[in-house]
Amino acid sequence: MQASIPSIVGQMIVFAIFVWFTMKFVWPPITKALMERQARIVDGLAAAEKGQKALAEASSRSDEALKQARTQAQEIVTAANKQAQLIVEQARGDAESEKTRIVAAGHAEVVREIAQAKDALRKQVGELAVSGAEKILKREINAGAHADLIAELAAKV
Amino acid sequence: MTAEAEAAKTPAEYVQHHLMHLSSSHDLGFISLDAWHIDTLFFSTLLGVIFLTVFRIAAVRATSGVPGKLQNFVEVLIEFVDNSVKDSFHGARDFIAPFALTIFCWVFLWNCMDLFPVDLLPSLGEHVLGLEHLRVVPSADMSATFALSISVFILIFVYSFKGKGVGGFAKEFLTHPFGAKLLPFNVILNTVEYLAKPLSLALRLFGNLYAGELIFILIALLPWWAQIIPGLGWMIFHILVVTLQAFIFMTLTIVYLSMAHENHDAH
Repeated sequence: MQASIPSIVGQMIVFAIFVWFTMKFVWPPITKALMERQARIVDGLAAAEKGQKALAEASSRSDEALKQARTQAQEIVTAANKQAQLIVEQARGDAESEKTRIVAAGHAEVVREIAQAKDALRKQVGELAVSGAEKILKREINAGAHADLIAELAAKV
Repeated sequence: MTAEAEAAKTPAEYVQHHLMHLSSSHDLGFISLDAWHIDTLFFSTLLGVIFLTVFRIAAVRATSGVPGKLQNFVEVLIEFVDNSVKDSFHGARDFIAPFALTIFCWVFLWNCMDLFPVDLLPSLGEHVLGLEHLRVVPSADMSATFALSISVFILIFVYSFKGKGVGGFAKEFLTHPFGAKLLPFNVILNTVEYLAKPLSLALRLFGNLYAGELIFILIALLPWWAQIIPGLGWMIFHILVVTLQAFIFMTLTIVYLSMAHENHDAH
């Protein structure tokens, strides 16, 4: 166990050199890197926060747009439905009137034809009756004498 | 084991042999004026160079991007030391923080030399290099610990003068803590206080590591089968001591320098 003065002094000189080296060549570069990284992290965090805010804003905007589009679509659908209903209604009205017209026309035709047939029939029955009566009367009476009677009959048929 | 190899020596001779420095002179006095402790100077300088090389490599490669493993390790140490300094020292840390880092790492590496098997390097030195004595733990040499604590002692005055001015320092030295009327007592107390700082710094570190080394030497005297348990126990305990003593030395240095720097009259 010995404390040697030359060793102490030598050791102090070595120590001073080491401290000087640490102070000049070790400490500054590393603390500089640390500081720079700190600054970068701060920047990064701020950017992330900004991005998050922008994202929230954009998402709320898109939500709004979506909602608007949905109501618009709803409106369009409602209008279209109304339109379709209107068209159907109109078509139905048209068809109805057409039908009435056609039916009426048919009816009129039928009535006309019936009247026509009746006329024809009446004429034929009259003629038939006349010819029948003629045949009968040919044997018994003169056609000329009873012509006015036959004509009266034919008009009654 | 090793004790058997040195069977020719008595235990007292064995211990004595282990506590001798590789010295430039045969002066064995407690305080020597001409003995260079070559082993202490060699190992402490070597360890310091290792520390500076590793840290310099990390510093050159330092990037503000994603740090590598070495950079991470170095940054952890630097931030730890920087925070320790920041906690108690209020002022520019350009000098004191690297100073504290150097102390911490250097003392830590010194202390780590105690974890080598106690006979390994000395017997290598004896049989390979023909060195008669070799002590490998610089902090178990008072010369090394006093070199540090005297450096701190000088810096205490430097920081006192810087923080309070020469007049402020003189005033505090003469009137603190009892007031101007009890000037002699102040001087006595302050002298003791100032001297106690480097003494306690150096002797605490030296005592811990010297005692640790001595216990390892004593364990090495046991028969080989009896060495395992105490050797292991002391080794594990010593891992704690190694780190703790380096930390204590650094923290006390910071505390002493901040005390010196602060102006007590300002309060």
